[in-house]
Amino acid sequence: MESTYRIKGATGDWEVVIGLEVHAQVTSNAKLFSGAATAFGAEPNSQVSLVDAAMPGMLPVPNRECIRQAVRTGLAIDAQINKWSRFDRKNYFYADLPQGYQISQLYHPLVGEGAIEIEDGDAVKTIGVERIHVEQDAGKLMHDQHPTRSYVDLNRSGVALMEIVSRPDMRSPAEAGAYLTKLRSILRYVGSCDGNMDQGSMRADVNVSVRKPGDELGTRTETKNVNSVRFVMAAIDHEAKRQVAVLEDGGAIQQETRLFNPDTGTTRSMRSKEDAHDYRYFPDPDLLPLELDDAFIEECRASLPELPDAKRKRYEALGISAYAANVLTAEVESARWFDALLDTGAAPVAAANWVTSELFGALNRLGTSIVDSPVEPGQAAELLALVADGTLSGSLAKQVFEAMLETGDAPGKIVEERGLKQTSDTGAIEAVIADVLTKNPKQLEQYRGGKETLFGFFVGQTMKAMAGKANPQVVNDLLKKALAS
Amino acid sequence: MSDLTDLGIRQIRDGVAGGDFSAREVAEAFNAAVAAAKPLNAFIVETPDHALAAADKVDQARAAGETLPPMAGVPIGMKDLFCTHGVQTTAASHILEGFKPEYESTVSQNLWNAGAGMLGKLNLDQFAMGSSNETSYFGNVISPWRRNDGGNAPLAPGGSSGGSAAVVAGRIAPGATGTDTGGSIRQPAAFVGISGIKPTYGRCSRWGTIAFASSLDQAGPMARDVRDCAIMLEAMSGFDPKDATSLDLPVPKWEEGLNASMAGKRVGIPREYRVDNMPEEIEALWQQGIAWMRDAGAEIVEVSLPHTRYALPAYYIIAPAEASSNLARYDGVRFGQRDLPEGANLQDMYAATREAGFGDEVKRRILIGTYVLSAGFYDAYFTQASKVRTLIAQDFERAWKRCDVLLTPTAPSAAFALGEKSADPLAMYLNDVFTVPSSLAGLPAMSVPGGLDKAGLPLGLQVIGRALDEQGVLDAALAIEERAGFVARPERWW
Repeated sequence: MESTYRIKGATGDWEVVIGLEVHAQVTSNAKLFSGAATAFGAEPNSQVSLVDAAMPGMLPVPNRECIRQAVRTGLAIDAQINKWSRFDRKNYFYADLPQGYQISQLYHPLVGEGAIEIEDGDAVKTIGVERIHVEQDAGKLMHDQHPTRSYVDLNRSGVALMEIVSRPDMRSPAEAGAYLTKLRSILRYVGSCDGNMDQGSMRADVNVSVRKPGDELGTRTETKNVNSVRFVMAAIDHEAKRQVAVLEDGGAIQQETRLFNPDTGTTRSMRSKEDAHDYRYFPDPDLLPLELDDAFIEECRASLPELPDAKRKRYEALGISAYAANVLTAEVESARWFDALLDTGAAPVAAANWVTSELFGALNRLGTSIVDSPVEPGQAAELLALVADGTLSGSLAKQVFEAMLETGDAPGKIVEERGLKQTSDTGAIEAVIADVLTKNPKQLEQYRGGKETLFGFFVGQTMKAMAGKANPQVVNDLLKKALAS
Repeated sequence: MSDLTDLGIRQIRDGVAGGDFSAREVAEAFNAAVAAAKPLNAFIVETPDHALAAADKVDQARAAGETLPPMAGVPIGMKDLFCTHGVQTTAASHILEGFKPEYESTVSQNLWNAGAGMLGKLNLDQFAMGSSNETSYFGNVISPWRRNDGGNAPLAPGGSSGGSAAVVAGRIAPGATGTDTGGSIRQPAAFVGISGIKPTYGRCSRWGTIAFASSLDQAGPMARDVRDCAIMLEAMSGFDPKDATSLDLPVPKWEEGLNASMAGKRVGIPREYRVDNMPEEIEALWQQGIAWMRDAGAEIVEVSLPHTRYALPAYYIIAPAEASSNLARYDGVRFGQRDLPEGANLQDMYAATREAGFGDEVKRRILIGTYVLSAGFYDAYFTQASKVRTLIAQDFERAWKRCDVLLTPTAPSAAFALGEKSADPLAMYLNDVFTVPSSLAGLPAMSVPGGLDKAGLPLGLQVIGRALDEQGVLDAALAIEERAGFVARPERWW
């Protein structure tokens, strides 16, 4: 899939080249090198061990679960797992960095080359992932607690991050958005990151350059810490246009670090290459190289769930539309819910249609998510079964579903209590039809005079009189007979 | 009965266990010796109550008929590089002055668990950087030894474990903890005529020990003789899950295993350890050591460690590089000293705090370390030094095919006078020439007293062994000890 996205400049079309470095917080109860907890939103400095505060003599000990999650993530994107990797120190001074260095992996990352597929309509594009390494997060400075002082919260200090570095393979804001969305979906399927971008669990450094199509790569800028898919797309859009304007003005792009302002949708320079830190990376002498054996890697592989691409293909093979399959697999919770529904033996196509229209519509209206759905997959299965066996018509099913949402009761119980069972009793339906025809002589005359579109009117009246419980097919048949007589 | 302070670790342990004297009597005797030893400036903090409390616990346990732990009733000195709960821990720096840890280092905790008590926190070279104990913020440690020339020139006890060396030699403590990064146990032990062993890297946990150079730092005991070192090393060692480089192996029964016979053993003599300008007396002592080894039944083999001459330069790249990073945490933000000039921003605070908080030698090494890790220099210095380190380890590996232990001098000279070398850092660094290679390779190595030079000052011999073969090192040192008959001790002048 070759992107046709271009920025129209005064001198012609420009191509945008994008790479993303995504920092994803590893889902783990403890930090990367200490036993301190990692819950979001805790009281400042309540989740800080002696190691996280870099007290004298404290030492890091790798948390196997964090390593496991990173390996599982690597396997989920078909990446090379490096059985031998090593931690390096990235040295710089800042008040949110107690050790005076971040433990990261520069020279020998845990995970090597992998790839992620993104879709644009029917087209599929592969975005290369260069590497995934694990590293420590820093603490947080708080400048709003005191008029002249800054405070430090070390709760995040030492929390495990995966840095997932893409190849510069994206060519439009939309592709970058699709990549980030897909990556987030995979991480959430794997369970290695909760993907909560608003809580900072996932954030992206956005590398952007522009060039005339076919030219060598241009000089890139890096926009740091962008924390939503929308902002990433906006940052690229702004940064690419800015670069084109600079170049067309005869200027040159400075390799620099920039910041994105979500309020204005613009980026501004943070520091130039000349001001860049010399991080003095070197192997962390407190830690031995990380050596993984085949059994560990196989255990990680075996623990992987079905991933979004595989699941989507499986759904499509069941006859579910590509659209519905996409919608159902985008979020891991929806897919889990739908799988639970399929496990009950529900007919896949009817179930998919019902979930994507009725259930998602209702959840949307109620402002809730599938995790908090008031209706369980088992109850939905029962409802779909009542439709399938003709007990409920489509409209009755809607009524029952509304009642389920309100009461949380099982559909069978609702049908029983409210007498919502569909009837095919021809005697009763014929009586109602006779009554309807008698009460609407004008319409009857018009119909018989050739205005056949009024058939629907009679159906509606009949159904209404029967409170929607009549079997629509039986109503149709009997009504045709009555009108023809 | 002789003065209790004349007793070593084993004698105290056995005497307390046998009821010859109480642990409290021992603690009181050493507390008094500590109080009387102020002219040596060996202690930064004295902790007589800690020693007494530990002693009383032992006495009670004995009265109750309990089995006593392996160092019951032995009061020791604790190098002030080990964090001790509630007791000021400074690494002999101003930047940590007043810092009282809320935790206890694994090594010190192991010793308390073994029934030892603490006489005080011992002076050292600042952040363990130095070979003469002249870089301490709390002043020089004065060696208890004096030359027999009648002059009273104060001598260096060696470093960085200078306080530890001084108190053990001066009969102020029966044993003391040391740490050794490039020779900081062995060189001071040699300078003051005591024994000291640096075990295999990973035997003693580094948790709670203030880091100098993490890939080299190892704790070890300093004591009057080889047996005492074995006892104390057993108590200090052991796997610690809190240190990722800790060896997950049981601690051997080194004391039980002691055997001074070298029959069937091969002792390697590395020809590259003959350095220019080495005093004849040291060469003579080395030859004497070889004779003792032969006498003990060993076969002597000459071996080559061809990369030896690159060890010192490699060490003085790797150790400062690690130190420059390890010491970044002393920034005035969370603990220790903070210098906050009027109107200072964060960078100003860092600069002022570290300017005031670190001594010259520490700053020198931070600068060296920062330089060798810098972009553009990293490969030329750090990467190259790391390769040299590998080659040095391979040198030893090859040597082990031909011998079981290596015998060398510990230091290229006897103790020098305070001030004699402190103006010339390179001359000072040369002190480590014999001790650094085994540190780079992580091997166990020990200094044992061999004799006195013409000025009446002790000289030490070094035994280097295979990784994990502390027993082989201790055995060879014991063979030397038995033949050297070293009984010299400093005359008390303080």
